[in-house]
Amino acid sequence: MAEAERTGQDLPRTKVELRHVYKIFGDRVDDAIELVNRGAKKDAIFAETNATVGVNDATFEIREGEIFVVMGLSGSGKSTLLRLINRLIEPTMGEILVDGKDVTKMSKRELIALRRRDMSMVFQSFALLPNRTVLDNAAFGLEVAGVSREEREGKALAALDAVGLKANARSRPDELSGGMKQRVGLARALASEPTILLMDEAFSALDPLIRTEMQDELVRLQTESRRTVIFVSHDLDEAIRIGDRIAIMQGGSVVQVGTPEEIVLEPANDYVRSFFKNVDVAQVFRSAHVARTDEAPVIGPGQGDVTAAVAEVVEGPAEVAVVVDAQDRLQGLATPAALAGMPEGASPADVPTQAVEPIRADTPLTDVMRRVAEEPLPVPVVDEDGRYLGTISKSSLLATLDRAG
Amino acid sequence: MDWVFLDIGGWANAIVDYVLDNFEPALDGIADGIGFVVGGITSGLLAVPAWLLIPAIVLLALWRVGWRFAIFTAVALVLVLQMALWQQTMQTLGIVLAATFIAIAIGVPAGIAMAKSEAVATLLRPVLDLMQTMPAFVYLIPAAMFFGIGAVPGTIATVIFAMPPAVRLTNLGIRQVEREFVEAGLAFGCTDRQLLFKVQMPLALPSIMAGINQTVMLALSMVVIASMIGAGGLGNTVLTGIQRLDVGLGFEGGLAVVLLAIVLDRITQSLDRGGGFARLRSLMSRTRPGEAAASSDPATAHGQAAAAGPDEAAKRA
Repeated sequence: MAEAERTGQDLPRTKVELRHVYKIFGDRVDDAIELVNRGAKKDAIFAETNATVGVNDATFEIREGEIFVVMGLSGSGKSTLLRLINRLIEPTMGEILVDGKDVTKMSKRELIALRRRDMSMVFQSFALLPNRTVLDNAAFGLEVAGVSREEREGKALAALDAVGLKANARSRPDELSGGMKQRVGLARALASEPTILLMDEAFSALDPLIRTEMQDELVRLQTESRRTVIFVSHDLDEAIRIGDRIAIMQGGSVVQVGTPEEIVLEPANDYVRSFFKNVDVAQVFRSAHVARTDEAPVIGPGQGDVTAAVAEVVEGPAEVAVVVDAQDRLQGLATPAALAGMPEGASPADVPTQAVEPIRADTPLTDVMRRVAEEPLPVPVVDEDGRYLGTISKSSLLATLDRAG
Repeated sequence: MDWVFLDIGGWANAIVDYVLDNFEPALDGIADGIGFVVGGITSGLLAVPAWLLIPAIVLLALWRVGWRFAIFTAVALVLVLQMALWQQTMQTLGIVLAATFIAIAIGVPAGIAMAKSEAVATLLRPVLDLMQTMPAFVYLIPAAMFFGIGAVPGTIATVIFAMPPAVRLTNLGIRQVEREFVEAGLAFGCTDRQLLFKVQMPLALPSIMAGINQTVMLALSMVVIASMIGAGGLGNTVLTGIQRLDVGLGFEGGLAVVLLAIVLDRITQSLDRGGGFARLRSLMSRTRPGEAAASSDPATAHGQAAAAGPDEAAKRA
């Protein structure tokens, strides 16, 4: 899921790009455009032309395979923004590039082909057709695309299978619970194997337990086959749970785009700051973000020598030293007691180490808090190859929670 | 009264005269077409003996509505037979069915056009108002002038009077389809036509069926009036009762109309529940290929079942 992005591998290519996209609602759109071009603010435009700027100069990129969450309060223009991408709402100005092709310039025929082939959508209130069975709902996109009954039912069944509803294929939507309905909505969107999934508050109508379950389901589906997901939400916890990156919208403008950690650490303005005020920081951060290298001296080939470590641990402020091998892999901890007996000029290999279970870099802070609180010494953090990254101590943990909170 | 300078009545006469003089072949064609539909349905109804038709209608009532209403239908139809009004009732039913058929054939497409285009809606709305509020007798004059007297002008007057609900409720039904359904249709790549037939019409069906029910009821009330231009049927019985001041005959004719109205109302109302069609459809779809795979054992159907959560688990159980 998110780890691949978060631990920073090669950046995938851009899938969807918005360039100076505007949506203006009202009767005097032309006048409003002129005001926009002269740099007028949203409020001034409304006062003068009675036109509402629903989306104001949106410019950002969405990368292939990521879950990109568009966040904002109701009325911030996030659902409008989503509908501009598949042109359920016509953009007033700007370019929307999908795989490099400008959606805003497409003919009706091209647009329909795009919607059938590359993009599908999941709706807040499910929008399942009540007169069709679950299977026929799931097959809807393929049906309008003219796929034969046999083929579309096969694909729809596979999609229902993927969301765990194969057994309900012959049910009617009104026989299902809310969570199941949205699974059908998801299956309908997946059946045509789109590369882009637009999700409009898809889990907001579900009760909290089912919502979390669906979020996990979405993340799980992403591990099986990666699509680019554009997810609109007003729920910050949801955005942080599933989002690789988040765009924050305020009054029609995109005020910040970044990973959850980036936004928490450096909010673009007071609005974003207040938005993130009550967020559970322990969910946002992973161990790698908190691990510090200045708490414990490192002993190992190519690293600090034993003497320096003894100086820091036995006489200085450090509580413990970390011992690594030539590849920086963690070997264990060296306690003050062990280091105190070290002769001058001892080699790293001579240091008696105390084995320790390290924390993995991608573990959320929530899951390490108890461990850190119970350990008397700082706990080392390693990456997936066992290489030492730093330590988390009680004090560094508290400092992080305080800094972000 | 020399400030009266608009001779609207004169214009109406002039228009009717003009149509009569210039469009006779067209009028004859329309008359032949409608005559064929009405004549076909009526003689079809009359060709079946009452002892066969009554059980058929009762069975229809039983299937669509229920056993209580089936008993009512049986009693009502036997009563009609006992009043010696069977032939008149079937004539009336024939015109009602023909008029309804024509009204739907014109009205539902007109309603769709209204829903799709604001201009068409603006244009048709006053026309519908006129069709509904113009006193029904007024249609009879031009209808008789264009098409003579008999069942054909009676049917035409009935169509005009009975069509507006079908148009209005089709329009309303399509406009009331929730935005997210339309968006879903479009988002999955529907063309305009697919959106109409796969999303909007099915969801507007209850409203459209309510309009058709109203059309049937209005047609029945108009058929009685249309007997003044020789449409025949139960209207004749009522009219004769009035002319002879024969209360008993008038009452019998009126009672037959009411009984027919109740039977038609309940049966057409039951259509919008769609239960029967859905039942038939699901019965047919049971035998389709793919069903076997779909309905395989829920416990083994999917490994994710355990992760599906409490709501699903409850539903499955």
